[in-house]
Amino acid sequence: MAGFVGCDETIERLYVYLDGELTEQRRIEITRHLDMCGPCVGAYGFESELRRVIANRCKDHVPESLIARIAEALRNEHSRQSN
Amino acid sequence: MADQAVFSDLAMEYMPALYTAALRMTRNAADAEDLVQETYLKAYRAFASFESGTNLKAWLYRILTNTYINTYRAKKRRPEIADVEDVEDLYLYRHLSGDQAPGMGRSAEDEALERFTDTDVKAAIEALPDTFRMAVLLADVEGFSYKEIAEITEVPIGTVMSRIHRGRKALQKALVDRGRTRGLVGATDEAR
Repeated sequence: MAGFVGCDETIERLYVYLDGELTEQRRIEITRHLDMCGPCVGAYGFESELRRVIANRCKDHVPESLIARIAEALRNEHSRQSN
Repeated sequence: MADQAVFSDLAMEYMPALYTAALRMTRNAADAEDLVQETYLKAYRAFASFESGTNLKAWLYRILTNTYINTYRAKKRRPEIADVEDVEDLYLYRHLSGDQAPGMGRSAEDEALERFTDTDVKAAIEALPDTFRMAVLLADVEGFSYKEIAEITEVPIGTVMSRIHRGRKALQKALVDRGRTRGLVGATDEAR
């Protein structure tokens, strides 16, 4: 049965909660706490936003020359293996 | 025997993700390009041993990670520690809140977060020690599960969780430090 958890435990488990890696029971307990705690839900909102920002700010354009270079390297490898 | 056409069809779509990871790991474009090319060549040669139906992206990341460790990491003798003892939970959030009660200015903190640029985030990630950088990249940039990260980096799940935890703290500290020099975070604990 799911019990009640406080702010400290919620914050401590927040990242694992966001990662979707808590057990079902723990997940329910944290969700229940977030449903009724403004400060914790504020922290939750920020941390999930931070994760989105980190992923979105970390994109790089692959140079066309690299795509061509790898395609060629694979073609060469293929002919080497076929011979 | 590996079929090049099948390999290319399946594997080429992961190049942007692999290239981004390679850039964060090597910290320069020339090494990143070599690392990605080496990864694709090794993957091609080993493709016959790849079990179809299993996670190709994770398999490619494992090759990339091992290649990086064997080829590039030996060059640098950085101690693998992330000194995060003094970094409390919600470190960045609390610093962006200034003297407001946490949670009271929720949208203000989200707005402050938006002012961090691509360069800020990339530099903060690149400032992390290797093992922690890799864990954060795999978890937060690529969204791999703990189990997948354990398979990619070939360490137990408990170690993965500890690395992610410490890596994220170190990342938040790096963002606060960088935010300070850019005036995005108050120099002291006062509000922006």
